[in-house]
Amino acid sequence: MLAKIKTVLSSLMLVELLKGMALTGRYFFARKITIQFPEERTPMSPRFRGLHALRRYPNGEERCIACKLCEAVCPAMAITIESEQREDNTRRTTRYDIDLTKCIFCGFCEESCPVDSIVETRIFDYHGEKRGDLLYTKPMLLAVGDKYETQIAADRSADAKYR
Amino acid sequence: MIAYLQNLLGPAWPVVWTLVKIVAIVAPIMGAVAYLTLAERKVIGFMQVRMGPNRVGYFGLLQPIADGLKLLMKEIIIPSAANKTLFLLGPVLAIAPALAAWAVVPFDVDMILADIDAGLLYILAMTSVAVYGVIIAGWASNSKYAFLGSLRSAAQIVSYEIAMGFALVGVLMCAGSLNLGKIVVAQAGGFWQWYWLPLFPLFIVYFISAVAETNRAPFDVAEGESEIVAGFHVEYSGMAFAVFFLAEYANMILVCMLAAIMFLGGWQPLLDVAPFNMIPGFLWLIIKVALLLFFFLWFRATFPRYRYDQIMRWGWKVFIPITLVWIIVVGGLMQTPLAYLFH
Repeated sequence: MLAKIKTVLSSLMLVELLKGMALTGRYFFARKITIQFPEERTPMSPRFRGLHALRRYPNGEERCIACKLCEAVCPAMAITIESEQREDNTRRTTRYDIDLTKCIFCGFCEESCPVDSIVETRIFDYHGEKRGDLLYTKPMLLAVGDKYETQIAADRSADAKYR
Repeated sequence: MIAYLQNLLGPAWPVVWTLVKIVAIVAPIMGAVAYLTLAERKVIGFMQVRMGPNRVGYFGLLQPIADGLKLLMKEIIIPSAANKTLFLLGPVLAIAPALAAWAVVPFDVDMILADIDAGLLYILAMTSVAVYGVIIAGWASNSKYAFLGSLRSAAQIVSYEIAMGFALVGVLMCAGSLNLGKIVVAQAGGFWQWYWLPLFPLFIVYFISAVAETNRAPFDVAEGESEIVAGFHVEYSGMAFAVFFLAEYANMILVCMLAAIMFLGGWQPLLDVAPFNMIPGFLWLIIKVALLLFFFLWFRATFPRYRYDQIMRWGWKVFIPITLVWIIVVGGLMQTPLAYLFH
């Protein structure tokens, strides 16, 4: 009986509603945790799997030897490779396409690569305005690799001891 | 200059002068509505430890303009099965009373468009008419969600109108007038003379009913996006939707203005002494209204939506009995030596 009166009174005095308002009122003054994206970014692991890149050796020779392990392992079948034998009898790709609309960014291509050629970089904020824009061809991938080589190399060496 | 214009326009002068006054009231309201939407997003954002809109202009200050432009550019889609006349009449009926009610609001001593004696009655009538906009919009859309939303909204507004009306009866008893200006004058002299103190339960009931009356969270079952998408305005797009939006926010400002006038002393300063009574009256009114509007946003950031039957229970079984009891208490106390409390 007494307990019932107490509940009725406290609901009449809006006690719980006022408690809720006190809570939101406190948060009104709390420090905001929003990350202002293009200016601020969240910390990122060196293992981040973003846009792909094809790397080169320091002497400018491309690393990829067209072993097609990445093409074979790719679960989304996003990679297409064609190869030829060059003048100097080494095997190199003539075509290396990654369809980023198919890619699931699992990182298997990077894992399977025996020469660390295909890698996934930290870049994630790229876009295409047509569907075809996201079909990355060999020159495009190499360009990404050339542009971000410093970062890519640093990330690989940071993660090297765990591999 | 005014005398010169009066001479120039002759018999047309009163019409022109009234139109000027109407513009002087409606334009700031529209501005206030626009920035209330921004304030709402900011306040709710802050309470959810977010920033709120801050990209368009400094601190997001141009956001309402961007929103308005976007809605203006969009097509107004009329569903093929809709009743076209009523469909277009709905938004008009929603916004017209929300703006018309401002005619009798006293902003300061003598700063009032139409100083009529039955001002309070007029306001109650106007806010009741607003529900027709919602009902007609829901009916004319020929959509089950819109129809359900308008039914809910109608039932809810009708229920809370009663509690709201009774809460205002207490004010009438104290002030002895239906004229809003006289009600404010009766509350002269310091915040303890304002009616929120002797009529505290009525003030709370009025304010909660006002939230319900304007279909705001936590009483926004008419919109109920989780179950009926957007309620009565689900079929509206572009500017027709924006008009409903404007009406909702104009109504919010209106009910807060009324709460400030009836219970918080309208344009009266907090204390009738030097630093306070130097601030002009309409600024006091704006401060009070802004404070009450902040509570509207605070509620929305805090409370989950009430279930429909809970809303009805509150309205009929809690608020109406409370107001009735308190009116009787006030009426009884007015016959005792304690009457000075209720002047």
